[in-house]
Amino acid sequence: MASPIIELDSVDKTFESRAGATEALRAVSLTIDAGEFVSVIGPSGCGKSTLLRIVGDLVEPSAGVVRVKGKSSQQARLDRDYGIVFQMPVLYDWRTVLENVQLPLELAGRPRLERQQRPHALLRLVGLDEFAAHYPWQLSGGMQQRVSIARALALNPSILLMDEPFGALDEMTRERLNQELLQICAETAATVLFVTHSIAEAVFLSSRIVVMSPRPGSIERVVPVDLPRPRVDKTRAHPRFFELVTTVRQSLREDRRQ
Amino acid sequence: MARVREYGPAALVLVAGLLLWEAVVFAFSIEFYLLPAPHVIVQSLRETYPVLVEAGLYTFTEAIVGYALGCGGGILAAMAASRSPAFAAIVLPYAVASASVPIIALAPLAIVWFGVEQGSKIAIVTLMTFFPTFVSTLRGLLSVTPQSLELMRSYAATERQIFLKLRLPHSVPMMFTALRACATLAMIGAVVSEFFGGPVKSLGVYIKSTASLFQTRQAWSAILVACALGLLFYFAVALVERLAMPWQLGRGED
Repeated sequence: MASPIIELDSVDKTFESRAGATEALRAVSLTIDAGEFVSVIGPSGCGKSTLLRIVGDLVEPSAGVVRVKGKSSQQARLDRDYGIVFQMPVLYDWRTVLENVQLPLELAGRPRLERQQRPHALLRLVGLDEFAAHYPWQLSGGMQQRVSIARALALNPSILLMDEPFGALDEMTRERLNQELLQICAETAATVLFVTHSIAEAVFLSSRIVVMSPRPGSIERVVPVDLPRPRVDKTRAHPRFFELVTTVRQSLREDRRQ
Repeated sequence: MARVREYGPAALVLVAGLLLWEAVVFAFSIEFYLLPAPHVIVQSLRETYPVLVEAGLYTFTEAIVGYALGCGGGILAAMAASRSPAFAAIVLPYAVASASVPIIALAPLAIVWFGVEQGSKIAIVTLMTFFPTFVSTLRGLLSVTPQSLELMRSYAATERQIFLKLRLPHSVPMMFTALRACATLAMIGAVVSEFFGGPVKSLGVYIKSTASLFQTRQAWSAILVACALGLLFYFAVALVERLAMPWQLGRGED
């Protein structure tokens, strides 16, 4: 039943600038199956965000092949297979919460009825329906990020790309949103590629963790996470949770020694 | 109540200023042709009311038409320029530099080109309001964040969608900053242009001719009318701004 949905084959990325070339990624190969939750973790500047942007066709790889649902990443983007959540919520100030969630539906030219009903359903999913008429500035950072998750889900994408979505939030909010995200993923059956610099977050959320080495980023190790589901608050106290956290931490340390 | 607290002090200062003005004129027995007391100006305003209304409307029309042409043109030109960032980068420095050009100095030439009637004044006001609107709107259209563009790209938005749903609404606050400033500029441009020549039934000519005949109180009452029209215009634009940006309501100044 496991079929690959994202395939990266020896992907390189070098950024050219006046200051010279910076090699961000080297020979990254990774296959992600449909329904997986894969986290990418690594030291800052290891190219993990670049990797996510390459999958999302926001950045072109310098070499290598990217296939998404058996087609090019560009075709996948044009087919609107992606929902993206950035580190910042990137909500448009002039749109209400509801209108922000509507944006992808408008861009895709979806019928009026769907444009009106779908955003409410999504806001209920992230627990913000009562804030539909508010403007982004009236919401806390955590709430804004939930709006951006609702927006990412608007077109029912098969792939969610999340670039440190909870990085700017406090620990309490982050843990609560981790929990919510898992519930949402269970309901939407989306495949998630999740970039983070929090080991605990990666272990809690993922089915697999990709540990990257410092620049130029390459895959150091892939750690399968065999924690039972559903994952709840108690999961964080599970002995296996700590073992996995330690494993990931050691993999990150090994990088540094090189 | 909040309004009273907000604007109350400013209103008090106005009243105090007028009282002080009266007091100074009275205390130093200043001749009215040098500085008429406020009550004298108001009295003159009452007497010459029909003339001033006619002149006021004449000049206000120049300001409004020039404003509409200048600001409208500025917005359209900015929209066109934003289609090509390379082109925008070429014209922007010149448009910015034009802010330091005293366009009003062209007023005598404008009379040569467009005649002594309203045309020349409208031309000056158009020119004065065009560049600030162009610069602000263009900056607003171009200053969208890379992330908000990436978001659009990730949804395979077309250029047209990016323009209508991102660049244009994003530029509205900056556009209105210019539109408000230009409302003031338009009235100044119209009145001052008339100083260089125009029909008698215009505010600028009225102020100039009464002042040169030492009919100071008439000049002052015409200035008062010019102020009132300028303020009216400004507040009308500010009101439209509020209506156009409902997301800013209650946000406070920032």
